[in-house]
Amino acid sequence: MIKHLLSINQLSRDDVTRILDTAESFREVGTRVIKKVPALRGRTVVNLFYENSTRTRISFELAAKRLSADVINFSTSGSSVSKGESLKDTALTLQAMGADAIVIRHSSSGAPYTLSRWVPASILNAGDGTHEHPTQALLDLFTIREHFPVFDGLRMAIVGDVRHSRVARSLSLAMTKMGGHVTLVGPPTLIPPEAAQWGVTVSHDLDGVLPGLDVCYMLRVQRERQRQQFFPSVREYSRLFGLDGRRVGALPGRAVVMHPGPMNRGVEIASDVADLPRAVITDQVTNGIAVRMSLLYLMLGGDGRQAGSESSIEPVQEALPVPLPDAESDQESATAVMPRA
Amino acid sequence: MPERTLFRAVRLVDPAGDHDGVTDVLVEDGMIAEVGVGLARDNAEALDCDGLVMAPGLVDLHVHLREPGYEHKETVETGSRAAAAGGFTAVCPMPNTDPVTDNVAIVAEVRALADKAALCDVFPAGAITRGLEGESLTDIGEMAEAGVRLFTDDGRSVGSARMMRLALEYASAFDVVISQHAQDEELTQGWQMHEGTYSVLLGLAGYPAEAEEIIVQRDLALAGLTGGRLHVTHVSSAGSADLIARAKDRGVRVTADVTPHHLALLDEALVGYDTNLKVNPPLRTKEHRDALRSALGGGTIDAIATDHAPHAIEDKEQEFDQAPPGSTGLETALAVVLTDLVAPGSLSLSDAIRLLSTQPAGILRADEHGGPVAPGLPANLVVFDPGAEWVVGQSPRHSMAANSAFTGRTLQGRVVHTLLRGRFTVREGEPTR
Repeated sequence: MIKHLLSINQLSRDDVTRILDTAESFREVGTRVIKKVPALRGRTVVNLFYENSTRTRISFELAAKRLSADVINFSTSGSSVSKGESLKDTALTLQAMGADAIVIRHSSSGAPYTLSRWVPASILNAGDGTHEHPTQALLDLFTIREHFPVFDGLRMAIVGDVRHSRVARSLSLAMTKMGGHVTLVGPPTLIPPEAAQWGVTVSHDLDGVLPGLDVCYMLRVQRERQRQQFFPSVREYSRLFGLDGRRVGALPGRAVVMHPGPMNRGVEIASDVADLPRAVITDQVTNGIAVRMSLLYLMLGGDGRQAGSESSIEPVQEALPVPLPDAESDQESATAVMPRA
Repeated sequence: MPERTLFRAVRLVDPAGDHDGVTDVLVEDGMIAEVGVGLARDNAEALDCDGLVMAPGLVDLHVHLREPGYEHKETVETGSRAAAAGGFTAVCPMPNTDPVTDNVAIVAEVRALADKAALCDVFPAGAITRGLEGESLTDIGEMAEAGVRLFTDDGRSVGSARMMRLALEYASAFDVVISQHAQDEELTQGWQMHEGTYSVLLGLAGYPAEAEEIIVQRDLALAGLTGGRLHVTHVSSAGSADLIARAKDRGVRVTADVTPHHLALLDEALVGYDTNLKVNPPLRTKEHRDALRSALGGGTIDAIATDHAPHAIEDKEQEFDQAPPGSTGLETALAVVLTDLVAPGSLSLSDAIRLLSTQPAGILRADEHGGPVAPGLPANLVVFDPGAEWVVGQSPRHSMAANSAFTGRTLQGRVVHTLLRGRFTVREGEPTR
């Protein structure tokens, strides 16, 4: 398995399938009374968040805790960072404290790459600038798979501010890698023409695209973009690219509606649409924990091999998920003392 | 220290003297004394130069020596040493110092620092507008009288067409050149790299080639209107090269330079977010790079200039969008040109020297530099081994900075000696002071 998760591009199709399959076995943990397995006991996961993102941070925190890892949340406000500490010094400090994995959210594209050159810990990209958000894409695939067992030939539209969306990048790459067809929909100012080179289709006509879709994925539109004149008004944006009740009616019956949150109800998605049964937005949130557990497990504890390992992800059936109370068994201890890279 | 040095059996490449062949060269009392086969002199130190190339010392139209104001990045002394180590005998430092080099006092200060270092002739550029703010002209006449030959607001474009027109018009009285860093600021807000496939893939804000071309087009029109002397520095786009070629055809007084990194590297190298590859203007696509290479041969581009832009380690060891743009260049320029252009056969060695020495010396009116290498003229020379390989290291050599876009690359071509008015500033590869 990969040592770092920086971009969807690093993953093979088989890697993605393994991550989703592993997440499947972890999802059950979340339904137990005691939602915990000892897979990463003794390992330290740091959540290093340079941008506020309560939902992503909590999701990673829960994922790590359900694997029995020690979790440190390092947010930048009120910390050494607000006193001017550089990313490098922060990283070295966390490393000196024994971080095995650093989950980083940063407003600068590429910050996780930079970090991975400075510290030996595994780096998980939890969203970097306008670049990528690979764990979001993986949890989206997981959610899609609950409704459509095969990705090949699936038709998805990603609607909105593709230019500035890290979710759109990761999801386009992931979906096309798995054999799906992606159409990017939005005003030309928010869809860079070069995106066509990702193997996707570009359209500026949402109504023309809707009838053929299996998945309609709405992106959050920031009002800031209107102030920058990427579109003339929120009203016009909503009229052309918002998913309202009429447009949902144009979707095939099987199609699901997704959104990475947080939503602007009434802008890119109508409130009643967001609450329809076919809108699987809260499932995405739930599945995020299982997918992040899967990644942490595979990257940190899966088979003890990390960087440079030729093997892909090992099957994990025997090692997990094991109920916690009897946590001293040999098998679990073996998992807990995996050597560090 | 003998007053006479005899360079034996060196391949002298001297475009100004129309010479390319193996010969002996005798340097005496700071001057070229004699050039010819089979020279012999008593009391002369003889250096066997078999396999080495001698050329007029290199001339760089575009460097940042950072002093005054940014001495943690580079000083006139360390920059001069890096220049000498790279085979340069003359450099033109940009005025974006602190305070800005926009008056004769700062020009004199930079010159005094250069004289003290005595490693390289330094021709400070003056600012076009006070404080580089684009609003009022500097005392161009007074600085020209004090010997400033090139004016620029480099680091920024002169954004106002009216201000650029006035600068070109006013400066024409003094036979100095107005050098433009061509960048439309509005089109490049927040820029991080060339706008194209890779900027979209990497989520980095784009700097389209058109943001340069729009300003180049405008300035060429203004140079035509005013008859002023325009220089376009660090040309990075195929479209700019095309515009310059056509303007030259219609007789506009324009010259241009390009950097070694734009001739060698591509935007796709940024996939690892290496901040040493963040430069302004940005590295562009193969199409642009190949057009720049063609423009070198065709006479559209007059000079190769490094845009040597040293930064402290902590400046570059940051998130990509927070790191300042710039790459060092003085110590690698010759080797990059030899490795990427001359060795593969896309540029003759003679044309390389023309672009690195003869023509930039002409633009700067640095009469003692650029050749010809002929008796009675000052001995400003470089001697290099065109085949010697070396690896660009991660630690600084002679510059204070190590932010080279070529870090880790194996290059061929190593400077053996540099002479400034007959005195070795570099000897056997090492600066003499």
